Amino acid sequence: MSDATHALALEHPTSTGIDTRKLAIWTFIGSECLFFASLISTYLVFRGKVIQHGVGPFPHDPWTSPTGQHFDPILEIKLVTVGTALLLFSSLFVVIALNGAQRNRRGQFLSFLGLTIMCGIFFVGMQVYEFTHFVHEGLKLQTNLFGASFFTLTGFHGTHVTIGVIWLITMFILGVRGKVPPGKALNLELAALYWHFVDVVWIVIFPVVYLMK
Amino acid sequence: MTAHAPSASPVTDAHEHAHPGVGTYVKVGLILFALTAAEVAVYEFGYEHANAGFGALLHPVVVPVLLALSALKFALVAMFYMHLKQDSKLLTGVFVFSLAIATIVILALAALFAYHYTFQKLIH
Repeated sequence: MSDATHALALEHPTSTGIDTRKLAIWTFIGSECLFFASLISTYLVFRGKVIQHGVGPFPHDPWTSPTGQHFDPILEIKLVTVGTALLLFSSLFVVIALNGAQRNRRGQFLSFLGLTIMCGIFFVGMQVYEFTHFVHEGLKLQTNLFGASFFTLTGFHGTHVTIGVIWLITMFILGVRGKVPPGKALNLELAALYWHFVDVVWIVIFPVVYLMK
Repeated sequence: MTAHAPSASPVTDAHEHAHPGVGTYVKVGLILFALTAAEVAVYEFGYEHANAGFGALLHPVVVPVLLALSALKFALVAMFYMHLKQDSKLLTGVFVFSLAIATIVILALAALFAYHYTFQKLIH
């Protein structure tokens, strides 16, 4: 079987004209939209009830407990802004890496994919630091409605980022071993689409959770 | 798969156009960075310096402005980085349909709980 015939046998035409793997990742991303919509709406529903009925610490307001212990507002906007910028830059880097993979520019592909992975790792590190800091400040999953909905929403997002980092590291290793030629750049495009989705979810979470009072 | 690469997948080529170049990606990246800076500036002026000047003007519209900036960033990433502007309209349909349902879920839950708590206040 010739190479061309083999390629056709592997990737047969579809009724939609779209590669089935690409349609599958977009369908998966669609289902993830609903997943995060339920988490975001839960957060929005509970955030208004926290200050009226709950115990602190609170996201944007100070709180003094009945025992006289004072709690400052717990969210740190500066730290999270740096994390947001890193995630945005990682989206830029991965799309440049994809551009390199598609044009057989191995140096561009590997260096920008490496930068994307670094940004992703720093973002996860930022979130681990933030969670640890919150627990030390007295905000846990069971402390109040804000804690429960905040840790659930951002924790699930952080899990998605971690999975994305693992996926990108896998692509990087395959790239180093020369197994992502231009003809297989779609494999990287699928990982990049997932990574961009993780980014757009954070684009919604950042103002809703951190910036809106 | 783009027209630039020697493709092993003839399936997608007929329906997809060439993806933008690195220059376009960098321009979009700079716009995204500027929009994020604008979001933080809106937060600072609208909440932290809301007593006077520009902050006082901005304070009542902080939430809609933040939502608009967020929507713009979302659209830019989806159109240029996720290539929905160039790829098949079917993929856009799959994504937009899901987003529409997601938006309805958020609005419906917000309305339901707002009604619930308003109703409780009226009773008590």
